[in-house]
Amino acid sequence: MPAPLEYLAVSCILFGIGIAGVLTRRNLLVILMSIELMLNSANLAFLTFSRLHGQLHGQVIAIFVMTVAAAEAAIGLAIVVALFRQTGSVRIDEATRLRG
Amino acid sequence: MTGETLLALVVGFPLLGAVFNGFFGRFHGRRLAGYLACGAMAMAFLSALGAVKDLAGLDPQVRTIHKHLYTWIDASTFKVDMALTLDPLSAVMILVVTGVGFLIHVYSIGYMAHDDGRVRYFTYLNLFVFFMLMLVLGSSLPVMFLGWEGVGLCSYLLIGFWFDDIAKAVAGKKAFLVNRIGDMFFVLGMFLLFWTYHAVGSGSLAFADMQANAELIQAAKIGGVAVTSLAAFCLFLGATGKSAQIPLFVWLPDAMAGPTPVSALIHAATMVTAGVYMVARMNFLFEMSPGVMSLVAWVGALTALFAATIGMAATDIKKVLAYSTISQLGYMFVAVGVGSYVAGIFHLVTHAFFKGLLFLGAGSVIHGVTTQDIRQMGGVRHKMPWTFWTFLVGTWAIAGLPPFAGFFSKDEILFHAYAGPHGSVPLWFIGYLTGAMTAFYMFRLFALVFLGKTRMSKKEYGKVHESPATMTVPLAILAGLSAIGGLMGLPHAFHMPHLLGDWLAPVFPEFHVAAGAGTELGLMAASVAAAIAGSLLALYFYFKKGYVPVPDNGKASLPASVARDKFYIDEVYDGLVVMPMKAIARFLSATVDAAGVDRVASGWLPGLAGWISKGVTALQNGNTQRYAMALFAGAVALIVYVSLFGVRVPLA
Repeated sequence: MPAPLEYLAVSCILFGIGIAGVLTRRNLLVILMSIELMLNSANLAFLTFSRLHGQLHGQVIAIFVMTVAAAEAAIGLAIVVALFRQTGSVRIDEATRLRG
Repeated sequence: MTGETLLALVVGFPLLGAVFNGFFGRFHGRRLAGYLACGAMAMAFLSALGAVKDLAGLDPQVRTIHKHLYTWIDASTFKVDMALTLDPLSAVMILVVTGVGFLIHVYSIGYMAHDDGRVRYFTYLNLFVFFMLMLVLGSSLPVMFLGWEGVGLCSYLLIGFWFDDIAKAVAGKKAFLVNRIGDMFFVLGMFLLFWTYHAVGSGSLAFADMQANAELIQAAKIGGVAVTSLAAFCLFLGATGKSAQIPLFVWLPDAMAGPTPVSALIHAATMVTAGVYMVARMNFLFEMSPGVMSLVAWVGALTALFAATIGMAATDIKKVLAYSTISQLGYMFVAVGVGSYVAGIFHLVTHAFFKGLLFLGAGSVIHGVTTQDIRQMGGVRHKMPWTFWTFLVGTWAIAGLPPFAGFFSKDEILFHAYAGPHGSVPLWFIGYLTGAMTAFYMFRLFALVFLGKTRMSKKEYGKVHESPATMTVPLAILAGLSAIGGLMGLPHAFHMPHLLGDWLAPVFPEFHVAAGAGTELGLMAASVAAAIAGSLLALYFYFKKGYVPVPDNGKASLPASVARDKFYIDEVYDGLVVMPMKAIARFLSATVDAAGVDRVASGWLPGLAGWISKGVTALQNGNTQRYAMALFAGAVALIVYVSLFGVRVPLA
């Protein structure tokens, strides 16, 4: 069994990819997918620590995260649809109507 | 019911009436408002009668009823109880206030029958009576001051009752401001007394405590002046404001802008006598300062003479009565100033009867004639018989002609001003002269209004009518009181009991007059002669000869025109006080406010806010990814910070 460090490294890389996607991509759908990536990187870290400490808490939290992620995806996609209906586009850099 | 409960009810009923009319008057309507107010007054009067009956049942030495309502102020050594005290002096006052007050309330139903503001009117009137009762029943100076300020407020509200007439609103404001000057001195006097009593270990401003500890402060001095004199002086200045004496009398003639029953109740029978009552109540303090006492007497005497002079030239029916009120209040101050408190209170009571009557009579005339200028009246006698006869009784009484009330009370004052321990011949002579002038200007008024041929047009004269019963019945009752009111204080020379004097004896220091019955009878004969001379002179000029005062812009002899223009006192005050104040106000408004405060507040401060917001709005550019970037950068910065320095949360 590989050392926990390697799992954590994978988790970090996944998180990095996710954050980079959120910050750089302009397509709202891609950003949503990147957020999913970040959530799953967190899940991986939870599971790793759960195994490391021999406790179940981390696994339980991972289940919760998946539930929340499902809800978040539903709401997020609904927002995407609404945005598209309003502006005819899902590009986030064009949705700046709340500029101060 | 016990005396204490009745005492609480005496002040409770008018307050209840005011609250009920004030809050619910718009629902129950104008007609009911008047009946409610009168009902409250009737109940208050009955309660007062009951309380005084209980008081009379007590032994003269312990004749007080005390009702503690609640603790008003409790600040360590300074404690004020909201408490009422009924003693023989306040008993006389509450009977006058509720009794005469009730009659004037009834009269108001008729007088104000066509006014749309009746609910407001009766609310104020009930509220006034409440405060007046607090003033006379308050067991300590602060509670008295509460009433003192309250009656001032109601006076202001009622003078400016018809506030859409700008002149009347201004008259109300003037009364309020002039009273404020006096009230400031009242407060200063109160501060001085508290400060001095506190220094000797008694921080109470209750009248009973102050009187009991009076000797302790007798020696106290500030800068070489006795504190007792200073405090008495300040309190007396307060009294000159409320009771319209020199130098603060100028508001009372203008106060005639209010409805006439208000003039009768507030500006003749009750509120303006508050100063006299206060001096009588604080007699232990004034007794310690003979200098202030003689000041009180002299200010009273000069005011009496001065106001009578103006009264002889006034041509407005209410203004004549207003100056006459100032003049009569002067008599009361002469009395308390020479230490004859009983005579002062006696004249206060009889004056409440006959001056209340005269004002209500004047109101009845105005109601029927619809002018206030006595040059345009005449011959009203035939149209208004009730008003005519009752007004005659009032004129007879105030002129000091026997056997009506004014004769007894005024002569007692004159006798004591002449022969009392603090009296003197000049003091008496001024009062004597004023008595003759009083008879003159009152019969001048009477002749010009009621007697002779009318000076109205035929159409106007045809419309003149007698007032309704709600007005004439109170007139008749007050006329009865004016006629027989003197019996409560018969002269010693008659060898009859002085009922009022015996009743008030426990409250006041003893007053001895050295002179005998011969002097008293002699003075009496002299003043009756003067009164008759004044009356006949007035009747000769204004009835027999039919003289009518010249129009306002007409030519008059120099003394007459000076008196008609009120000795230019208003103009002098305008130049000395009002104008400089206005100049200061203009300077503050144009320079300090517009160029200073306004520039900073409406120029600089908004500029600063705009500058800051410009910087802050740049942050909110609407680009979600920028926000996310800031979030991420913040999170990274936190992590770096925590890993470098550890978690250091300042938890308790």
